[in-house]
Amino acid sequence: MASHPRPTSPHLQIYKPQLTSATSIFHRLTGVGLAIGTLVLVYWLIAAAMGNEAFDMAETIVGSVIGRILLFLWSLAFFYHLLNGIRHLAWDAGFGFELPAAYRSGYAVIIGTVVLTLLAWVLGYMARGAF
Amino acid sequence: MAMQKELRSDLGRARGLGSAKEGVGHWWRQRLTALALIPLSLWFVASVVFLTDTDHATAVAWLGSPVTLGLMVLFLGTTFYHAALGMQVVIEDYVSNHGCRTALIVLTNFACFALMVAAVISLLVIAFGG
Repeated sequence: MASHPRPTSPHLQIYKPQLTSATSIFHRLTGVGLAIGTLVLVYWLIAAAMGNEAFDMAETIVGSVIGRILLFLWSLAFFYHLLNGIRHLAWDAGFGFELPAAYRSGYAVIIGTVVLTLLAWVLGYMARGAF
Repeated sequence: MAMQKELRSDLGRARGLGSAKEGVGHWWRQRLTALALIPLSLWFVASVVFLTDTDHATAVAWLGSPVTLGLMVLFLGTTFYHAALGMQVVIEDYVSNHGCRTALIVLTNFACFALMVAAVISLLVIAFGG
């Protein structure tokens, strides 16, 4: 609309990264990552519907080293987006908006993400009898 | 007539157009799907953790049971709806070219609904035999 370019905010070059802005950016990044990750979920379901051979191939691909790394990143993104999403819902309901509270919940999300991801993987390996 | 149109300010024109009256709808649906996804996604991830490295028969037995089928359809439907809404916001914020923006939003919406349909049909085939 305006013919002359106006300065836009935030100025990322001079903007000091903060926990609050970083958690916000990561919420979007993990959201996009999870959306792309649904391709693997749909592939796994189609393979299960196609039969034994297709399913075994899907399990081999997902269970490969690269598959496991991607699955690990996916689980990190999932728990982060879940916990930070709950944080956003609390904000939307009007809770935890004060700066100290926003920082506390930000750290809680990061710690919770690591704990839940590790817990999921330990349980997963226990379920297949690794230890 | 043509002169008069050019003399109108942007603000005046926007005021004349009025609001779309449905801006909150997108925002609200994203929150509702988020709320529903808390239990649904936790159920799915917890289930998959215990399905690690499973064979086809076990996976199919689990996916084909009525409770799993119902929860999976709810989980997939909500997930792809939430994803389509979220991707739209991200595209609107970072893609400035209007043509590209609209095309990308349409494409992600089509992709989300196509993936949802593919997943649900796979589940139906598993549950009721193809």
